[in-house]
Amino acid sequence: MSLIGAIQFDSHYFWQHLLHPQGFFLTAVETTVYLAVAGQALGTIIGLPLAMARRSTNRLLVALAWLYSWVWRGTPLLVQLLIIDVGLAQSGIYHWRDLHFGLFTLPGEQQAAILTLALAEAAYMGEIFRAAIGSIDRGQWEAAKTVGMAPWPTMRLVILPQAARVVVPPLGNEFITMLKQTSLLSVIGVTELFRTTSDINSADFKTFEIFFVAAIWYLLLTSVWSLIQNRLEARLARSDRAVVAVSEKTSLGRLTGVVR
Amino acid sequence: MIPGSSPADVATGGTAAPGIPVVEATEIDKWFGHLHVLQKVSLTVWPREVVVIIGPSGSGKSTFLRCVNHLEKIDGGSLTVNGHPIGYRTRRGRLVEDRERRIALQRRDVGMVFQRFNLFPHMTALENVTAAPIHVLGTERREAKELGRSLLARVGLEHKADSYPGHLSGGQQQRVAIARALAMKPALMLFDEATSALDPEMIGEVLDVMKELAQDGMTMIVVTHEMGFAREVGDRVIMMDEGSIVEQGQPGELFTSPKHERTQSFLSKIIH
Repeated sequence: MSLIGAIQFDSHYFWQHLLHPQGFFLTAVETTVYLAVAGQALGTIIGLPLAMARRSTNRLLVALAWLYSWVWRGTPLLVQLLIIDVGLAQSGIYHWRDLHFGLFTLPGEQQAAILTLALAEAAYMGEIFRAAIGSIDRGQWEAAKTVGMAPWPTMRLVILPQAARVVVPPLGNEFITMLKQTSLLSVIGVTELFRTTSDINSADFKTFEIFFVAAIWYLLLTSVWSLIQNRLEARLARSDRAVVAVSEKTSLGRLTGVVR
Repeated sequence: MIPGSSPADVATGGTAAPGIPVVEATEIDKWFGHLHVLQKVSLTVWPREVVVIIGPSGSGKSTFLRCVNHLEKIDGGSLTVNGHPIGYRTRRGRLVEDRERRIALQRRDVGMVFQRFNLFPHMTALENVTAAPIHVLGTERREAKELGRSLLARVGLEHKADSYPGHLSGGQQQRVAIARALAMKPALMLFDEATSALDPEMIGEVLDVMKELAQDGMTMIVVTHEMGFAREVGDRVIMMDEGSIVEQGQPGELFTSPKHERTQSFLSKIIH
């Protein structure tokens, strides 16, 4: 028996599931995307104050922010998920219940998922913000001070807009990681892409075919994001060039070509 | 004077009543680690006075300037701007450093121009000038823009209002920086080697703006290596070396017959 002959691949099954996904499969893709977006967005929002706490002059704040980052970055997401979802419920501390908003229902395990993803992501975003803020020239802080800006206006008007340019590339990478690690949510029973694929696999036992389909969906999601990110970075790079001092010898014609 | 400028809003911009010194520094001490960078420096600056500080690099002149608006803490002595201690408050007879937010209030009266401009790169020239009036003073946008345009006109850059700093030459950037400082209607302007980072052909345009400011009655402390400017515009020249004031006097006097040997040797190196 030749090696080639040993390969079992039900191409009809594969194409059927890839090109004509069932409704519940698409719902799972949707769940994957919105959980990743929610986790990333909340994580980014929480990450900013975390970064500022690390830069604070208050030692207690610095210590707390450091502790937070140490714990969340130093433990696996899988473990965190189980503690927040199952652990809290079993210990009687908190039981996640489905929330109903009119027609829309947010299942308990998805709440736990979003919370865990956000809290874990905040630790990483905190570091990214911290580095970005630290990369802004000291002269910018001083210039803001000398025109009478207090610390918060300085941050909001001068530092953060410049830090945002630095944050976008690593933020994009974080989101790609986020999209992929939503697959871990399957352990707490979230019916996202991986869990749904597993369920189909349990019924049909076409592991190779169905996970190939799942892989292609993940690749599609991350690729779409990469395209968006490239666009974003290109745009930022364009306005970055505008900031880099144009040589004084540049002819007026070239200058006007650059000026919007 | 440049059309569109009004001497009144510069001269009376601050709250300094005649008779009260704008800056009164008494025996200021400043350490950087083991380095005693300011050693009991005392200096009084009166309204409408232009004080020029010269001296070799490392003499403490920039550090002194940065102490005046509390970009640097002082380790001893006292420093008041318009009669108020800057950066500190007496509490139960002891000097306590103020909170940043309070210091920010005190800094409104003191404008500063840096060697490396430090314009906000993500804002247009006009936005650089209007940011502080709008967000610090609460000036209405339209009013702030009007003021901003008139200040840019004053430094000869009305046509560059919508340009980003990256599209401006060094000299133009520095003139925007001066306009930005003036927008807060300061009682005092500090210039920290404002022309040292410029190509030679652009030094003149910045010095001209500074000269006009002085003629309009602005109180100024200028740290510079431009001896021509010091001689022509300065009311008083201070020579600093190794953290202390070596000698001071009217420019004519100090440049033609310096009394101290360190002043003589410094001037002989710098004026050929």
